[in-house]
Amino acid sequence: MSENTNKPKKEELFSAKNRKLLSNPMGKDNPITVQVLGICSVLAVTVQLRPSLVMALSVAAVMGVSNVVISLLRNTIPQRIRIIVQLTVIASMVILVDQVLKAFFYDISRQLSVFVGLIITNCIIMGRLEAFALSNKPWPSFLDGVGNAAGYGAVLLTVAFFRELLGSGTLFGYQIVPNFIYDMGYVNNGFMILPPMALITVGIIIWVQRHRNPELVDAS
Amino acid sequence: MEEYVSIFVRSIFVDNMVFAYFLGMCSYLAVSRTVKTSVGLGFAVIFVLGITVPINYLLQNFVLGKGALTWLGPQFASVDLSFLTFIMFIAIIAAMVQLVEMIIEKFSPTLYSSLGIFLPLIAVNCAILGGSLFMQERNYANLGEATVFGLGSGVGWFLAIVGIAAIREKIQYSNVPAPLRGLGITFIITGLMGIAFMSFMGIEL
Repeated sequence: MSENTNKPKKEELFSAKNRKLLSNPMGKDNPITVQVLGICSVLAVTVQLRPSLVMALSVAAVMGVSNVVISLLRNTIPQRIRIIVQLTVIASMVILVDQVLKAFFYDISRQLSVFVGLIITNCIIMGRLEAFALSNKPWPSFLDGVGNAAGYGAVLLTVAFFRELLGSGTLFGYQIVPNFIYDMGYVNNGFMILPPMALITVGIIIWVQRHRNPELVDAS
Repeated sequence: MEEYVSIFVRSIFVDNMVFAYFLGMCSYLAVSRTVKTSVGLGFAVIFVLGITVPINYLLQNFVLGKGALTWLGPQFASVDLSFLTFIMFIAIIAAMVQLVEMIIEKFSPTLYSSLGIFLPLIAVNCAILGGSLFMQERNYANLGEATVFGLGSGVGWFLAIVGIAAIREKIQYSNVPAPLRGLGITFIITGLMGIAFMSFMGIEL
């Protein structure tokens, strides 16, 4: 009851606080470049835009739903076994996503190979469940999940954009770099397709972001 | 014997968990501040991968795969439980990590005090689940090959984290541009190390 007296009016669905949950992870609270969570998949699937988009949507689905489920269960989960409960919820969601991908997008599912399964151990999801869903109501948890997944997807797509454009001259599989430029002697940078360039691209994104937001700079 | 050596070397250098597949990056970035702690975590990863990959191999071949349940009787020959893979693998990993932690605590307190704090961290390290999933995808011929693959992947991860930790200890004395300090430069160095490891790529064993 004490909670109700503090909050006389019911909170709106998109109050300022809730909007912040959505927008913060896109910028100064980005799960990848600031909180350093869930790096593994960012790097591995970003050779092309299409698998990256599918990956981002899958993570958003898993994250939104598992955040809501954990948030609904938050008062009944015993502290000691919460990690196993969380893993079970996430794993069940990932199985669903994996089966859907296999049924409708078989090629992309092959391309993503083990990385769909690895969404289970994607630390963003575990991290948000621990830090947010366990202590908040379902609706803010859902927003938090979707917001963080969007922040994750934004970085994923940025990296994939540069790697596909510079590496193969295409976007979503369509040729972007016109033929006459190739005739003039332009060559695709095959290096961008190789795994190490993903790391360097993320490094540069972090550099740009911290340059614009000086408060994010590491003190050490 | 030859295949074992080949799988071992391949999983350390050519298919390195960190540089070729970016697995276990979260703990790789978070724990690599000093060489001492990264050696501890590296050994724990070798240990856990060496145990969970063979167990999951058995699980895959005697419970989950298509027709794997035939040993129960001919009527099970058409059962395919492979959709349960993820949940079973992660359950085995979580349980094994817990079990290993308890066993070490009981029999070797010194090892426990050096590895102990890292073990719970490992349950959600993607390198561990990744090892099991790659084992499933690549269809190793027998238990020995799967074990060797698990150990090799662990050693590869160990090399990567110790290497980056050593570089990070030294780079504190360098004049890195302020926005790049910490995380940014670590990413770029990892990229450069990855390029170096790519020289192993064409090796046929």
